[in-house]
Amino acid sequence: MKNLIKEFTKGIIKENPTFVLALGLCPTLAVSVTIGNAIGMGIAATFVLLGSSLIISLIRDFIPEKIRIPCYIVVIATFVTIAELCMKAFSPALDRSLGIYVPLIVVNCIVLGRAEAFACKNNLSRSFFDGLGMGVGFTLALILISAIRELLGSGQILNYVLFKGFDPVLVFIMPPGALLVIGLLLGLFNLLKSRKA
Amino acid sequence: MNIQEFLTIFISAVFVYNVILSRFLGLCSFIAISKETKPALAMSSAVMFVIVASSAITWFVYRFLLLPFGLTYLRTISFILVIATFVQLVEMVIRKVSPQLYRAFGIYLPLITVNCAVLGVAVLNIDMFFANGKAVAGSFYYSVFQGVCVGLGYTLAMLLMSGIRERLEFCNVPKALKDFPLAFIIASILSLSFMGFSGFKF
Repeated sequence: MKNLIKEFTKGIIKENPTFVLALGLCPTLAVSVTIGNAIGMGIAATFVLLGSSLIISLIRDFIPEKIRIPCYIVVIATFVTIAELCMKAFSPALDRSLGIYVPLIVVNCIVLGRAEAFACKNNLSRSFFDGLGMGVGFTLALILISAIRELLGSGQILNYVLFKGFDPVLVFIMPPGALLVIGLLLGLFNLLKSRKA
Repeated sequence: MNIQEFLTIFISAVFVYNVILSRFLGLCSFIAISKETKPALAMSSAVMFVIVASSAITWFVYRFLLLPFGLTYLRTISFILVIATFVQLVEMVIRKVSPQLYRAFGIYLPLITVNCAVLGVAVLNIDMFFANGKAVAGSFYYSVFQGVCVGLGYTLAMLLMSGIRERLEFCNVPKALKDFPLAFIIASILSLSFMGFSGFKF
């Protein structure tokens, strides 16, 4: 049990997919305009990660070594399609604002990276917790970035105005703001790491 | 189908909605391989070739397989499979036909399968050039041309970035910002300057 908890928690801080491993940056930057979008994307990606980790760890003994990547991609694409159709059915507004970044979860390096590095070598329960931890870590990173961008770019958080009479820095909800925020955050994490060492 | 339409696609794909600096597609390869100009250029040409070819292939798959049989929900799966197979095929052909070319950009080819720009353009073409379950007139030419333009936009961003980063090698930068963080901040400034093009909206 203790091992399983460790598999879960490592994805959140020690091996955070966004800040430490620097994987899956395209969706992170593109959808982190508002916290709502970030949470939607986080849930979809976590679902795909969990599902594909489970299936891949179940069928890992049957997949021939040479064609493993296409096999993983088919499994991942299936879960992405499920997530896409569910999102279209239950939350069309979210689907419209995420746009082409929902089908692009297929090529999110985190999902394929976990399949290749973890799920194909570990049993069901460990893969499950690894997938869950990575998904939660990704979601938290998305929320952190989008909170900074939404606060500075539109002066509110989840449609709740925090400062009155604050002129929003519009550039933060546009593409350059995303790159700037992630650059500075990565720098900050590097600084903290070197202080600790 | 007219010239103005093509011009609009060109300007919006290369400048206004630059694939890297405004849509964030293919960002991983952009940050990882833009340290020197030469590999950056090799990577760009490989990406451009794959994007153009896969735009054409996915158009045929969508128009003649998925649409007539009502299988459009299989779009993501079929596109990614077709792209992965195509990349593998190109890699094998290049290795056999021209070892020299293989050394130049063969190692970047497997990376391209998971480059979001390729799948992104394929999906974007379908979203833009198919309306109400039907192909817009001339959509095949638009799709391929959009592929070419996105490839050009990718090359432009790669060249700018690698030129800047080559010069940065000689600068004394704060240790915490070295490599990735600084690359993102430069990309941010580049992206800011590309925002100037959005005045060109048609």
